[in-house]
Amino acid sequence: MNVTIARTLDLKGFSCPLPIVKTSKAIKEMASGEVVEVLATDPGSVPDFTAWCRATGNELLEQTREEGVFRFLVRKR
Amino acid sequence: MEEMTAVDELASSLPEPVGGEDDKLVIFAWSGDLDRVWPTLILATTAAAMGTRTTVFFTFWGLFPLVKNDVRITGENWMQKMLSLLNRGGTEHLKLSKMNFVGAGPAMMKKLARDHKVASPTELLEMAGEMGVDLIPCQMTMDLMGLSRDDLIDGLGEPAGATTALLAARGATTLFI
Repeated sequence: MNVTIARTLDLKGFSCPLPIVKTSKAIKEMASGEVVEVLATDPGSVPDFTAWCRATGNELLEQTREEGVFRFLVRKR
Repeated sequence: MEEMTAVDELASSLPEPVGGEDDKLVIFAWSGDLDRVWPTLILATTAAAMGTRTTVFFTFWGLFPLVKNDVRITGENWMQKMLSLLNRGGTEHLKLSKMNFVGAGPAMMKKLARDHKVASPTELLEMAGEMGVDLIPCQMTMDLMGLSRDDLIDGLGEPAGATTALLAARGATTLFI
């Protein structure tokens, strides 16, 4: 997928609820339509990012896993 | 790299977002135990991150975590002073409801939390304030337990009573913890 990443958040190692809390904080400072890349290792963040995007209306463009690191691309609504 | 299809299934099973005026969470934080205060603050910060209007009403034992960590003896009469001596306030001094072992339990819990990068109650409380969670101390409990506004941390809402809490709770999801 060809998207421009406005910001990357390295949240590897952080446990619930910090990946979501820190992402929501960061996305507040971004413009609508911008994309944030989030890297996390908390397995709970996989269902949580889906739920959070559902609740907030932000778009989960992509989620992948590579060597224990989850990568989420979220477009701000 | 692998796509996670199970999550797509989860997404389709989630309810539609509520949003707007009706999306409210009110937590009645009654307990001062570490193992209840912690999830209270995790839920409050997460709800705020989800855009939910969130209020935490701190009452009875739940008020003590709001005491500044460096405040020791509070109260005006000997009973209130004795209470603060036996039940020290502040997020750094919370006890576990089980396996407390004279403070060894909470110390171990805090070490585990640090190792797993779980935010401490102190950090979560600060974050909750920054994220716009309404943190309301119960005025009646303050009077009863002898806690003044100066004994409590900054960033709290105006102390209020049950009516304010119940009005906030109208139409909201409510939790009593």
